[in-house]
Amino acid sequence: MLKITDLHVAYGGIKALRGIDLEVPEGKIVTLIGANGAGKSTTLRAISGLVTPVQGSITYNGKQLLGMPINKIIEEGIVMVPEGRRVFPDMSVLENLKIGAYLRKDKAGIAEDIEWVYTLFPRLKERNWQMAGTLSGGEQQMLAVGRALLSRPKVLMMDEPSLGLAPLIVRDIFSIIKEINKQGMTILLIEQNANMALHVADIGYVLETGNITLKGPGKELLRDENVKRAYLGH
Amino acid sequence: MKTSSPLSKQAARSRVPEIITGCIIVAIYLLVFVLEQVVSPGSMLFSVLKKGATYALVAASMNLLNGFTGLFSLGQAGFMLIGAYVYSIFTIPVEVRHSVYQYYDGGIIQHTLPFFIALILGGIVAAIFAWLIGLPVLRLKSDYLAIATLGFAEIIRAIFQWGFLGPITNGSNALRLFPNFDSMNIRQGGDPSAPVSIYFSTTSAFIIAGICIALIFMLVNSTYGRAFKAIRDDEVSAEAMGINLARHKMLSFVISSFFAGIGGGMLAMFMSTVQAKNFTSGMTYEILLIVVIGGIGSLTGSIFSAFLFVACSEWWLRFLDNEMFLTPPAKIQFIVVAIAIIAAISLLTYFRNRHASPKKRKRVYLLTGIADVLLLGWLLWFQFMGGYQMPLLRNGFRSVVFAVVIMTVVLFFSRGIMGTKELPDLIRDIGRSGQNLYHWLCGKRGTGKSLKGGANDV
Repeated sequence: MLKITDLHVAYGGIKALRGIDLEVPEGKIVTLIGANGAGKSTTLRAISGLVTPVQGSITYNGKQLLGMPINKIIEEGIVMVPEGRRVFPDMSVLENLKIGAYLRKDKAGIAEDIEWVYTLFPRLKERNWQMAGTLSGGEQQMLAVGRALLSRPKVLMMDEPSLGLAPLIVRDIFSIIKEINKQGMTILLIEQNANMALHVADIGYVLETGNITLKGPGKELLRDENVKRAYLGH
Repeated sequence: MKTSSPLSKQAARSRVPEIITGCIIVAIYLLVFVLEQVVSPGSMLFSVLKKGATYALVAASMNLLNGFTGLFSLGQAGFMLIGAYVYSIFTIPVEVRHSVYQYYDGGIIQHTLPFFIALILGGIVAAIFAWLIGLPVLRLKSDYLAIATLGFAEIIRAIFQWGFLGPITNGSNALRLFPNFDSMNIRQGGDPSAPVSIYFSTTSAFIIAGICIALIFMLVNSTYGRAFKAIRDDEVSAEAMGINLARHKMLSFVISSFFAGIGGGMLAMFMSTVQAKNFTSGMTYEILLIVVIGGIGSLTGSIFSAFLFVACSEWWLRFLDNEMFLTPPAKIQFIVVAIAIIAAISLLTYFRNRHASPKKRKRVYLLTGIADVLLLGWLLWFQFMGGYQMPLLRNGFRSVVFAVVIMTVVLFFSRGIMGTKELPDLIRDIGRSGQNLYHWLCGKRGTGKSLKGGANDV
């Protein structure tokens, strides 16, 4: 279980997170929703070690992640799909996937996992040798997810996978998220598309200007009046 | 892994282009070796081939840094200088050191190493310098990094000419009498004064450069190379994948400098004398020009354009620097050819802009018209009033032509000759077009489409 307690992060003097508590139980989909600038991405960046928190603790199965170098955190099984896909545009799809397995040494396992990613996303297999920059937005998102999967994560953190994608593609992406989760992956999902996210999530958190204001099962949050007003547009 | 993995048939690519590439490389080496035995050794051809091989290596090393890791460094001449000095200092035979270091009592280094060990040592020393300056400098990005490395190259050039270091570097005097490419020729009985039995100087340059470029190629296609390319494409993403940015940037910088150092040693072998004042920033710009023309991110492009550049600047375009006088019929010929070129360019502009927006079209046509009138007027003036000296050709015009070429490349062909493709990719493309043409000729137009799936082209 990934557990965050009293996490504070500041950029210069500006406080982005003011002491949040968050739990991601094994095998669940947890979503973190909130408006722009609420601190969603900062939370993910703190977990994956890209920013150093001011105080607080982040533990995975009791092990402290704070202060670990990024590659150790990835080896612990906590991997992020960055916001806006960020595939490597001038490298082929296959090379992108191999970069995902950068820290792994088991060649046979990597080959197996590439096959597995290709069965999850048959579209990528067709585009094996194509430069990632020439893929469509949806395909790039699939590639970003596939690339993260290749480091064999235990917890997959996704930063706005629906960003800039057509509604139909968003539905595909979310059904794949559910599929990966069914195969045993723990998922921490950050979304502005609260409706979609809360539908798939087991647990939802609402983040407002650096504080968690609401927590509950996804379906319950969908019915919450405040959430409806602020994020679902009802 | 590409072939042995259980990737589907669709994912595995044919190896034929790689085999063809191998054959082409072997053929080039054989051709060079045979040419060397047949053509007179004083020919300009060998000079161009040797310098071309040297520049190909240095351009490949710069491409490793600029094209594959995305670090814009302009320190290449500085690392070449280090390589050249280390090579020559350690290979001057002990018995002639007194005549070389005549102002410094024969210098303090009194050892002579075999030439290839000295070459590698040159690379290692360049790499150590790279590591030292990389510690502070690699924190900088793009243009700042370029300025810092350019400054480093200038400082190195000044330091090596410093009189205080004279006992090692011979100060501002030239180092000479060390083994050069001609020492690689095999002579009867190994006696240096005997006639040459097998010419090997150009082939040896090709072999040294070939080994180094092959190593760079292998590096680029390894896990490290993939990490370099990932850093080039997106630093944030690369970091999120667990790639240590600082370590990989340093690795790329050090390796690139290592090969630039070896390239410097080769340049010393080519020039036969080494003097710090020759390793100017102009040399770095020449190499940058080669990398840009060849394609940033293509080693094949760098190699090809290195030979092209050296051949043009040393040989084919030399005439641009010489004044030339025309006979009356030649003058008419010149004017006819000039008018043909102007007409061709004007027609090209006309056809290219036929479907542009009316506003742009009007502007382009007007500018082309004015340029045409001016050029034709000047030609008329030249025919009736001008003398018989060929216009434009005079000392320095070659540099102008090169400047125009690089501007044209950067403006209109920014991907260079090869883009990011290597020779096997090119052969694959040619094969694919050939296949499509075949299908088209056979009237089966649709079938070529299925090949698109494996396409690598952008």
